[in-house]
Amino acid sequence: MTATDLSRTGEGIQEMAPRKGAGAAELLRELGAVLRMSEADAAALAEQEPGDEEHTMILNMGPQHPSTHGVLRLMLELDGETVLRTKPIVGYLHTGMEKTAETLTYLQGPTNVTRMDYAAPLFNELVFSLATETLLGIEEEIPPRAQWIRMLLCELNRMSSHLLFLATNGLDLGAVSMMIYGWREREETLRLLEMITGLRMNHNFIRPGGVAADLPDGWRDATLRVLDLVEPRLQEYEVLMSGQPIWRERLQGVGVITAAEALALGATGPILRSTGVPWDLRKAAPYLYYDQVEFGVVVGSYGDCFDRYSIRLNEVRESMAIVRQILDRLPPGDYRIQDRKVTPPPRARIDESMEALIHHFKIFTEGFKVPEGEVYRAIESPRGELGCYIVSDGSARPYRMHIRGPSFVNLQSMPHMLRGGFIADAVAVISSVDPIMGEVDR
Amino acid sequence: MSDPEQDTGAEGPATEGAEAPPTRYGVPLTESRGQAVLHPSRDELVDLVRTLRDDEGFGVCVDVTAVDYIAYGARRELPEGIEPQRYEVVVGLLCHGTAERLRLRVQVPGDDPTCPSLFDVHPGTEALEREVYDMFGIAFDGHPDLSRILMPEDWEGHPLRKDNPVGAIPVQFKGVQNAR
Repeated sequence: MTATDLSRTGEGIQEMAPRKGAGAAELLRELGAVLRMSEADAAALAEQEPGDEEHTMILNMGPQHPSTHGVLRLMLELDGETVLRTKPIVGYLHTGMEKTAETLTYLQGPTNVTRMDYAAPLFNELVFSLATETLLGIEEEIPPRAQWIRMLLCELNRMSSHLLFLATNGLDLGAVSMMIYGWREREETLRLLEMITGLRMNHNFIRPGGVAADLPDGWRDATLRVLDLVEPRLQEYEVLMSGQPIWRERLQGVGVITAAEALALGATGPILRSTGVPWDLRKAAPYLYYDQVEFGVVVGSYGDCFDRYSIRLNEVRESMAIVRQILDRLPPGDYRIQDRKVTPPPRARIDESMEALIHHFKIFTEGFKVPEGEVYRAIESPRGELGCYIVSDGSARPYRMHIRGPSFVNLQSMPHMLRGGFIADAVAVISSVDPIMGEVDR
Repeated sequence: MSDPEQDTGAEGPATEGAEAPPTRYGVPLTESRGQAVLHPSRDELVDLVRTLRDDEGFGVCVDVTAVDYIAYGARRELPEGIEPQRYEVVVGLLCHGTAERLRLRVQVPGDDPTCPSLFDVHPGTEALEREVYDMFGIAFDGHPDLSRILMPEDWEGHPLRKDNPVGAIPVQFKGVQNAR
């Protein structure tokens, strides 16, 4: 362990060199760490590797390929039509959001993080707000109504995110009508979110201290309308896809991953649940008021692409069940904490109170100071565990802000799902991981 | 690791003295906003993580990140005996059985930015360690493929270090000789 090691590791070019006849030691290093493989197993596997006389091919897929969900590039090593090694290459969307966060106040923070997972922006805002509130020590004081509104928005957002997955999954596998249908229903939920937050995406609505505004007039009817609309449509999807032989052939038994592998690779969300591990942070470590609503954790049993598709489809139903409970139970009260050091005063107060004007001015110019310390908060985003680690030095800006993006970690499971499968199935596997590149690259 | 008889699973103070600092597996234990934090040294890290995985069920490494403390103005809360260093590698562990979380904060000196890799214990740290290497220049010993992951491979420097201020670095384009 010396400083010179740094130069030895080099800024190596992200390449995958062709190789011939990988030895047992190499395979043990590559796969054994994940599969907890014995040396004998690795040696047996090395026997099956293509020898010197056979040729493997390195194929680049992406970053401009339509099925790579944005700008993901995969280097595939192919033996005929069989995929051997895969190396995902990311970073095309890297814009240094974690660095940017160090220059923004805690009030401006949600505007930044909301752009990470752009299919589920409200979750990014929520995890950032929760971490900030834990640092401030005001977590217990957040009004219940604010927390229930946060839950409502998050579950609506989970629906729209999963509907987007269903659309793109259908598109990738040639079920193009599903693409149109998924987009159509997602548009309905986005319209509802637009009515509530003012924006279709990148809402900046959940902020430290509560939410930006109370629910608008007519939100209840609009929400019920969307729920009643999506419910029968999900039935249609089942008929269109779940029961359809071609769809099953394309997905069942493809991209299989075991529970032990998923845990070793740190995979979370639908990928982990597809292997039969009932892990959902909403149940396992409830935040907000998820311990007060009833919902099921959908798990699979085979760990294949079909399970991951089916889990997401059924999670839309669970989210709708949660939203219906929230409609019944949403308490009256304040939508944000009335702490003048954290949230701005109501607009009307500014006209009559000098103090309110000063508070308003200070919050929007300097921001509010957060006591020094460090904290990690995690929530269940549609893609898995979304974590936020904030280090504060007592100033109005985070000293360091790190987002643990579920897509980033889940991508590592892709090489293991692809190994030994056909190149034609690669598209199904990429789609079933459902990576959002904005969150991977941040 | 130290004598397991003495420290196995000790949740609170390991010794009876009221003023003795709490430890777990012989590693100083602190709390940050109610979250348990362990402070192992670089040499203790891999063994500690392996012990926690095998004996205590911390089967998932959810997060690996780092912090550059060179510009930190406030007092750093570290237990006695832990020398503050420029970098800190922060490892998040999760136990699925009890939903318990542990955070490990490892001090890494600025003149020797290396840290042992957790790849052999938790292969899921592969991409996360590469990200830390890319952003902070902390080299992980034993990592199978330590290369840049988010920045272009010919980029110079490590952007999340505090001596890389926002906007002060010329935009570097691939293949262009004089970027500025």
